[in-house]
Amino acid sequence: MTKTTNARKLTISKAMAEALGEAMDSDERVFLMGEDIGKLGGAFGNTAGLYDRFGAKRVRDTPISETGFIGAAVGAAACGMRPVVELMFVDFFGVCMDAIYNLAAKNAYFSGGAQPVPMVLMSAIGGGYGDAGQHSQTLYGTFAHLPGMKVVAPSNAYDAKGLMHAAIKDDNPVIYLFHKALHGLAWLGTTPGSITHTPAEPYEVPLGKAAVLREGSDVTIVGLSWPVHLALAAAEDLAGQGVSAEVIDLRSLVPLDKECVLNSVRKTGRLVVVDDDYQSFGVTGEIIAIAANEAFGSLKAAPQRVAHPDIPVPFARPMEQFALPNKDKIVASVHATL
Amino acid sequence: MEPDASQQLAMYKKMVTSRQYEDAIQGAYFEGKLPNFNMANGPIPGEMHLSSGQEPCAAGVCAHLTNDDYVSATHRAHHIAIAKGVDLERMTAEIFGRVSGLSGGRGGHMHLFDTNVNFMSSGIVGEGIAPAVGAALSFQMRGLPHVAVAFIGEGAANQGAFHESLNLAGLWKVPFVCIIEDNSYGISVDKKRSTAVPRNDVRAAGYNMPGIYIENNDPLSIYAAAGEAIDRARKGGGPSLIEIETFRLTGHFTGDPETYRPEGEKESITKRDALPLMRERMIKNDVAAVADIEAAEQSASETVARAIAFARAAPEPAPEEALNMVFV
Repeated sequence: MTKTTNARKLTISKAMAEALGEAMDSDERVFLMGEDIGKLGGAFGNTAGLYDRFGAKRVRDTPISETGFIGAAVGAAACGMRPVVELMFVDFFGVCMDAIYNLAAKNAYFSGGAQPVPMVLMSAIGGGYGDAGQHSQTLYGTFAHLPGMKVVAPSNAYDAKGLMHAAIKDDNPVIYLFHKALHGLAWLGTTPGSITHTPAEPYEVPLGKAAVLREGSDVTIVGLSWPVHLALAAAEDLAGQGVSAEVIDLRSLVPLDKECVLNSVRKTGRLVVVDDDYQSFGVTGEIIAIAANEAFGSLKAAPQRVAHPDIPVPFARPMEQFALPNKDKIVASVHATL
Repeated sequence: MEPDASQQLAMYKKMVTSRQYEDAIQGAYFEGKLPNFNMANGPIPGEMHLSSGQEPCAAGVCAHLTNDDYVSATHRAHHIAIAKGVDLERMTAEIFGRVSGLSGGRGGHMHLFDTNVNFMSSGIVGEGIAPAVGAALSFQMRGLPHVAVAFIGEGAANQGAFHESLNLAGLWKVPFVCIIEDNSYGISVDKKRSTAVPRNDVRAAGYNMPGIYIENNDPLSIYAAAGEAIDRARKGGGPSLIEIETFRLTGHFTGDPETYRPEGEKESITKRDALPLMRERMIKNDVAAVADIEAAEQSASETVARAIAFARAAPEPAPEEALNMVFV
């Protein structure tokens, strides 16, 4: 991160809005489409102030027609624009997945590279606040599983701004997942660690580069987005118990920074993967498979994972908290590797 | 808007090229697949959806389009691609899965992209409508005089994507035209059994745009109606919906036994085939001399033969080439 004497702390929400405004200032082809992104400034504040600055044509409120406007973004991207669209909750992908995985993700391939689709789809993910099973999923693994989309999920405001700039400049479709537990909106609460120094000028955080957030020697804890903060808290507890944990923030699932994970596993010999997406056939299994394939000789114990069980996200507080990952589950999983 | 003599002959040439093309593709498609039809065999594996009979829809509309205008087409796209001016040799190589194909063999017959003429097709019913609306939005935002046209079948008018996309087009007044090729069948189910209204042009009212229905697959009426709609869109007058009564002279897919057709239907629609009818009319009305028509037909057959030969001569892609172009 940039060193500065005057730390300028932003929430992820404000960092995203700042990046979008800078991108629209510097590139006329960038425009925004989505539900309630105009005067309201987005359900999660990602476009706050942009309607007044850029007007209704470039900050375009849409009807509740996700198939229509996401499909339209694919066509606009094919014809010289660089659209950024907001799918309000990622859970809504069920009504528009064809436009995402059959059009945006495949047109480059089906055109032999002649027809890139430079668009960003940003969407809110995550639960923990009692919004039940159609407004609380993360679905990282689903998007990362389907070829043709880059997938990023920032854990802090610095990364949120830099990843947004990189996503908009990329010639491929990028799924940009922002976590509600990190977003800095008064009505949702926020994890304090997500509010970080954010330079006022434009900069990029490259897609496909993980970050080592805490160095350690006994165990590697890998996560992204909100679970990274749980991992950091667990690492702090573990330090008190004499266990040195290294914490890796993947930041991006596609492309995936395998080397960062493997280098750490080769050093520590132990691996715990944390994820608030469904456990089976997902991110945790993939990271553990990579470690098993490519760093098997370094492993001193069976890798462990902490993820959401294979159930819809439940509503009642005790049930939801039971299902979500937390610091204690991570600490227990680390102990299982020792 | 009446096409003049040279425009009529040009449309006829597109139509006859398309018909000869489909005949040639059908012949190549069956190679190696018989006597026991196996879709995986032969020089062209997979499904094949031929457009014979539906040529007037493409020729009449695309006569008004430039290379800059955008077209999205369906799984049944060859006639539209030919009318839009897609590189026929590379398209044929794509259909044969060869390295010289439009995407190097990654897409095949249902996924044809030619960025030189702003053409795309896709294999999911109703999927191309929203991208065409987005292309039109791009033209509108950039102040360009181009239009975007989505070709769909009548079955796609019952997809949610149709409703969402036409609402957006009507709301934003983008330079967009939706062409419905009503061949009266969604695979085997006829329109009467799938659609609450007999004609989809009436649905245009729900999107605040003009709706036009053209009967009898008539190239001249299609040319006139499409010309008016495209001209209006180009001048900022907003989108239109045009439904065309057309005839699918073959099965939904090549090899379709067509047992769902009522007795005598195939014979009756074959009698209404627009290609010989247009030929006769051009001669009768002194629009074109027989020699000119025959020259157009000869030229079409040479074009088709060249395209097929190009595809057959092109090498197959290296298997590991499959790993490229997921990202650009």
